[in-house]
Amino acid sequence: MPFIEAIRLALNQLRVQKLKSFFTLLGVTISVMFLIAVVSIVEGMNHYVEVDFAGKFLGVNTFTLRRFPQIEGDVTEDEWRAWQRRPYVTLDDAAALQEVLPADARWSLASSGWENASSAYNDGGVQVIAEATSASYFTIKDLGIKEGRAFTEEEDVAGLPVIVIGTEIADAYFPNLDPIGRELRVKRFPFRVIGVIEKQGTVFGLSLDRQVIAPFHSQMGRLTSQRTSVGSIIVQAPAAASFHGIQELVREAIRNRHRLRPSQPDDFALESSESALTQWETIHKYLVLAGMVLPAIGLVVGAIVIMNIMLVAVSERTVEIGIRKSLGARRRDILSQFLVESATLSVVGAILGVGLGIALAELVAAVSPLPAHVALWSIALSVGIGGGVGIVAGAYPAGRASRLDPILAMRAE
Amino acid sequence: MTANSIEMPSATAAERVAVTSAEGGTPGSQWVIVTRNIRREYDMGGEVVRALRGIDLAIVRNEYVAIMGPSGSGKSTLMNLVGCLDTPTGGEYWLNGTLVSKMSDDQLARVRNKEIGFVFQTFNLLPRATALHNVELPLVYAGVSGQERQRRAKEALARVQLADRMDHRPNELSGGQRQRVAIARALVNRPSILLADEPTGNLDSTTSEEIMKVFEELAGQGQTVIMVTHEPDIAAHARRVVVLRDGLVSSDETQDEFAARHALV
Repeated sequence: MPFIEAIRLALNQLRVQKLKSFFTLLGVTISVMFLIAVVSIVEGMNHYVEVDFAGKFLGVNTFTLRRFPQIEGDVTEDEWRAWQRRPYVTLDDAAALQEVLPADARWSLASSGWENASSAYNDGGVQVIAEATSASYFTIKDLGIKEGRAFTEEEDVAGLPVIVIGTEIADAYFPNLDPIGRELRVKRFPFRVIGVIEKQGTVFGLSLDRQVIAPFHSQMGRLTSQRTSVGSIIVQAPAAASFHGIQELVREAIRNRHRLRPSQPDDFALESSESALTQWETIHKYLVLAGMVLPAIGLVVGAIVIMNIMLVAVSERTVEIGIRKSLGARRRDILSQFLVESATLSVVGAILGVGLGIALAELVAAVSPLPAHVALWSIALSVGIGGGVGIVAGAYPAGRASRLDPILAMRAE
Repeated sequence: MTANSIEMPSATAAERVAVTSAEGGTPGSQWVIVTRNIRREYDMGGEVVRALRGIDLAIVRNEYVAIMGPSGSGKSTLMNLVGCLDTPTGGEYWLNGTLVSKMSDDQLARVRNKEIGFVFQTFNLLPRATALHNVELPLVYAGVSGQERQRRAKEALARVQLADRMDHRPNELSGGQRQRVAIARALVNRPSILLADEPTGNLDSTTSEEIMKVFEELAGQGQTVIMVTHEPDIAAHARRVVVLRDGLVSSDETQDEFAARHALV
């Protein structure tokens, strides 16, 4: 029997027995729905971590020298206390790095903190992420300037009170105004706005468009760090190839300055997008695995249900099978009829599951901070799995149907 | 047209004996069916039931034959064997010059599809399919493409005066109409034999006459018809009547001989 004919027959069967088909498909549909939803959310998180978090928040080929790690999972009480005893990162450290870093590597001081702000148009309310950095910070973080300009090295050295602000801050403190040339007060210190950063979006619910960046040697440096200390020093290697070498140069330089013996561990942290990503890769692997294994259990149940329904269908349609055989249907015609029927049933279930799964992923994305990114491969996989489950589940019933004796089958009632 | 006015083909008793006793030899092309000492035994839980005990039957092209007998005489078994739904335990069955008694299931399915058109007592239509789709079924298994299939199915329905009922499902048709759909289905693949098993068994006498008229017309147009029945007045419509008793042929008569014996003129 032609393939198209068999599919038509199967869809017809679905149409005639809507309720029964619905219950039959439930197992496959729900499994596929969760598969799609979980994979979409995990892939969304993956996309987010790799592009937004690693790229935007940390920077490419970039590592950060800090007193202790900013991104760390579980920290014990003892570790925390040990961290508090560590020396601060200082301007002298920065000077030492300047000595050892190759000429084509960039570096920037960076201290930050939440501060209150005000302008002539808004006397406060929206807190800003106040950042004190070097001029190279904009290049390292690949921050585009929408209006105006970034500050220069000369302005940093001179400690001029100029500031570059995020779009959210521009909207909040200069509503419907051009902020360039106007005054923004951070805490109580006045800064002249010289630029607006392009929209950056959010990372883990934190809006990057609330940052305001001023030269480290301006009043902003004193606001965000104590005396000669620096929150962090960001170093960018010119290429991925030299990244590790430069990171080790910095490690050695700081260990020497802190007079650490070879047996002593680092008393500072070197954080990179790479170290954050390795952690994520592990989590990602387990999440994808869970996203596949749990629906797989559902699919086994779904397959058993389909097999049962197909066995019922074969016994209900024994006379039909007999008639078809008497009219010239061969074993393989009957076999393929029932296989195609169960595969079609299952694929329809899978397609419903894909639709519901996408809807579920979007719903989760809408009501929670979890992002969703529907992966095409998961849709193809789901439909493929649907067909596979249908064929496996239909094999035994279809085999039974194909071996029926036409005389006995026609006589069955 | 009245079928009786046409000279019906037949063979003499001597010719039949000659062809059925030529064991192993391929029958001439005029013979549609030749069985040689065909036997069928069933194993019913250790006890062997001998349904057919050696039947010699020879039918030429265009014959209209009734196979009669009381229940248990083996006529259903013979009909299943002749229809290639079953294979004999022993003996030879030649259909259209091909030995079919040793064929596999799938080969028999091909033969059923190409050579045999069944008409059953219980109609055996697919209940959820329209008349047209029911008639199309044999063509589906013959691998005929969609358009050609529809055209031929409509033609077959027109032949049994059901062109205006082709979109009806079996439960929307009367008994006589259902049987005519079944006849259209049997004819659609242009089979060598139309094989009817108690075709009027579920019909009232008026409708039965109607169906017998269809058979007569088909026989008149040259279709080989074999009909299994236990009713003498139905069997009397055929040109030749073969009576079975206890798994053997007990008589093989012309229409006139049969009618005279049963006083059915």
